Amino acid sequence: MRRRDFLYLTSLATGASILPSMPLFGKEISLEDALNPVDVALKKKMADVALNTAKSLGATYADVRIGRYLNQVVATREKRVQNIANTESYGMGIRVIANGSWGFAATNILDNDSIAKAASLAVAIAKGNSKLLTEPVKLAPQKGYGEVSWKTPIQKNAFEVPIKEKVDLLLNVNAVAMQAGAKFVNSSIFMVNEQKYFASTDGSYIDQDIHRIWPNFTVTKIDAASGKFETRNALSAPMGMGFEYLTPLESEKIKGGPVTMYKKRYDILEDVKEATLHVEEKLKAKPVEPGKYDLILDPTHLFLTIHESVGHPTELDRVLGYEANYAGTSFLTLDKWESKKFNFGSKQVNILADKTEQGSLGAVGYDDEGVKCGNWNIIKDGVLVNYQTIRDQAHILGLPASQGCCYADSWSSIQFQRMPNVSLAPGNTPMSAADMVKNVEKGIYMFGRNSYSIDQQRYNFQFSSQLAYEIKDGKIVGMLKDASYQANTQEFWNSCTQLADKNDYRLGGTFSDGKGQPGQVSAVSHGCPTTRFNGVNIINTGRKIG
Amino acid sequence: MAILSKEEAQAILKKALSFSKSDSCEVSLNGSEGGNIRYARNAVSTAGQISTMDLAVSATFGKKTGSATINEFDDASIEKVVKRAEELAQLAPENPEFMPLLGPQDFPESPTYIPKTAAITPDTRAEMVAKSLQVVKEAKLEAAGFLENGTNFNAIMNSKGLFAYNKSTDVSFSVTVRNQEGTGSGYVDQGFNDVDKMDTLALSKIAAKKATGSAGAKAIEPGKYTVILEPLAASDMLGNMFRGFDARSADEGRSFMSKKGGGTRLGEQLFSENVNLYSDPMNPDLPSATWNGDGLRLKRTQWVEKGVVKNLAYSRYWAAQKGVEPVPFGRSFVMEGGNQSLEDLIKGTEKGILVTRFWYIRSVDPQTLLLTGLTRDGTFYIENGEIKFPVKNFRFNESPVIMLNNVEALGKPVRMGNVMVPPMKIRDFTFTSLSDAV
Repeated sequence: MRRRDFLYLTSLATGASILPSMPLFGKEISLEDALNPVDVALKKKMADVALNTAKSLGATYADVRIGRYLNQVVATREKRVQNIANTESYGMGIRVIANGSWGFAATNILDNDSIAKAASLAVAIAKGNSKLLTEPVKLAPQKGYGEVSWKTPIQKNAFEVPIKEKVDLLLNVNAVAMQAGAKFVNSSIFMVNEQKYFASTDGSYIDQDIHRIWPNFTVTKIDAASGKFETRNALSAPMGMGFEYLTPLESEKIKGGPVTMYKKRYDILEDVKEATLHVEEKLKAKPVEPGKYDLILDPTHLFLTIHESVGHPTELDRVLGYEANYAGTSFLTLDKWESKKFNFGSKQVNILADKTEQGSLGAVGYDDEGVKCGNWNIIKDGVLVNYQTIRDQAHILGLPASQGCCYADSWSSIQFQRMPNVSLAPGNTPMSAADMVKNVEKGIYMFGRNSYSIDQQRYNFQFSSQLAYEIKDGKIVGMLKDASYQANTQEFWNSCTQLADKNDYRLGGTFSDGKGQPGQVSAVSHGCPTTRFNGVNIINTGRKIG
Repeated sequence: MAILSKEEAQAILKKALSFSKSDSCEVSLNGSEGGNIRYARNAVSTAGQISTMDLAVSATFGKKTGSATINEFDDASIEKVVKRAEELAQLAPENPEFMPLLGPQDFPESPTYIPKTAAITPDTRAEMVAKSLQVVKEAKLEAAGFLENGTNFNAIMNSKGLFAYNKSTDVSFSVTVRNQEGTGSGYVDQGFNDVDKMDTLALSKIAAKKATGSAGAKAIEPGKYTVILEPLAASDMLGNMFRGFDARSADEGRSFMSKKGGGTRLGEQLFSENVNLYSDPMNPDLPSATWNGDGLRLKRTQWVEKGVVKNLAYSRYWAAQKGVEPVPFGRSFVMEGGNQSLEDLIKGTEKGILVTRFWYIRSVDPQTLLLTGLTRDGTFYIENGEIKFPVKNFRFNESPVIMLNNVEALGKPVRMGNVMVPPMKIRDFTFTSLSDAV
């Protein structure tokens, strides 16, 4: 059984236990404490203790991350608040190279003795590991930036918004759904603030303040007579934004299709009302006839297909085999990149890796090994041109510097290569999603993420959606159920024929992309416009039990 | 510091309760100490060690509850965390589902702690990995693996006098072995409380054999096949199903355990007659703590007997609503089987597919528990009782509920992490497409 499954079972076993169930660990703190960051001068002092100790014990390189990770969750169900939790996790992770090997140790006791002890443990582990070394670590050069800082450009710090305001909003969401005939409704807002300090023997002292927010709900309706139930989740996106994401703005909405779509502002009350109507339609929807269809995929759905079929196979550590025992390897082997003519997708397909896009979950000033962030092409005019790298991988691609893709989900986790935002560029010809529907003879229009599965080298995948509409002769004619598409990554991206323009471009994302052993999560966005794929295989997943 | 004895834990919890001014107060103390080593491309990539300890306090006034946690243990810090929980409780809305605390209970001790596992050092881990690397390098193959061990303790106490303590150890090891051409791949994954049961050399040999044996896989048509699921593959499928044994979601009509027209499937014949499932914290091969976070005693619980659903889990709140006794979830599950080995099952199969493991399993339809995912790291065609050749990996769309209605034979159960399952022979397992992945 996978660790995540085990944790799930454990949380079931403990039932309504003492701690509110939180996806991330941490100690609970008061709101006032959360708003007072640790003094930068103090952090520099602590970092220097670690760096100096490591160097004095023979480390040829060392970096320190002092992380204060704040999470707040407000979760409700129908008329009841299920959970209000405010947690903090604070500590230091020290990574060193000694005898050519990596070593790592972490501590949450931040007096000088404990820091020095952790630094010496990291050096001892590196020296121990060097006995099994085949090739010493080669780090791409990185200049020190001195003392610098970066902050997510938020308008309203979600941690400063009173809990009552959040509770009232969510109970209002639930009331709208219940009034419209929902049987059950769960709603939540999940907020993250990473206060991260990085220092290295290269001479960087980087202070960052990173914010993320994720509002979500699930509306459920039950048809007792048939024993069937259906749900619809929010079509929101987790964002690298403050609480302003929850202040609706008409100019950030796209109307006119079967579903209202949201850009960088989300109207949760409007979406839950639509969702409740959708669930009723889902209960009455027609089972899909299996076969080939032209798919139109909305960004609320397509982002996850991009994540799984483009984001993961272009992670260089997977390509090289470092993730073979867990996440898997990749079909995008180095020879395909070296050939400079591997047709990943059709000519319209341009995919950009990015760590700077405003509002995205991956946007930071510097990564977790002190590299300034930027963007680069991964797929250019359909051809594979690049991967995602960190400092100890850059030399493999002959790159002069890291691409800044290093991340750790906690001070106590070892930083490693994680996915930047990987986004599909919009089309250059003016086109709306509504225009795109008009040209489709036999198609399905999908919104929202649902089931997703892909093999360990990222060839074969299967996805389903929250909503699937049947298109006949350029018109949406009704809702379908039990529709999943199965495809091969390269064939799928080569069947891409149309992209809506930049006015339709939106971000989707996930808070919990899993990778590594021990497992770590990271938050990442994927931007794209509504996009058409021709002749994709649809299966019907309806079955009967009992 | 991180692993406290029963008496040391009791002393800290008593101190915390002594500061409490709330109507009822629950405190818990959890600590862990452990390390890991990860390797890939036949060399160590990362290694680390961490210890943590946390005190959690949950204070309730009437039906208003607040929680707070701290990782400092001097008197002032302990008093502060109790006070903070009480402040939060005063601000919290009433919880209509709050249940009064349980009084003192008797919890037997389960054999979860093995001193030798607790004594593992970074050197022990490196030696265990060196054995794995030796096998793989000699066979000119490539390994990526992970070894992790930990010692944990958990203790709870409440203002009604309940106290429980458990200390445990665990060690887990997994390795993927691939041939240099990247055309064959094998895998093993094991977890135990006792490090003496963990043989990284023997396990790596199995993975190496699968890596070599799975090279040059042939494509065969997807469709319905008789499959033999190795215990790892079987546990991959069943893990998702155990979660569904929850009475509340069944009663609410949103689970595969919901009955048409209302109610649950408790008492129904939902599976084949040879399906028996239980959990038991005292199982010597798969021990766990004998209590849960609510302070409920965990006992041997039969979930399925001869294919009939015998129990669903009832939280204390839901049990009170339904007028029944609470039934806590197990911390682990055992599916009974027979005495046959995996080899016996293969011998008795005319035509079929042997599956080492599944990968990327996701729920497709919660009403039927339909899952999708893929085979990985060794899939073979069986004919006339023998493994004939490796086959390309398949994507499946199948429900474990349907699968457990098509059981032809079961072998001897084996521990796979936190479940014990037998190898299984299942007819009409649905593969829907081929994958090129190795």
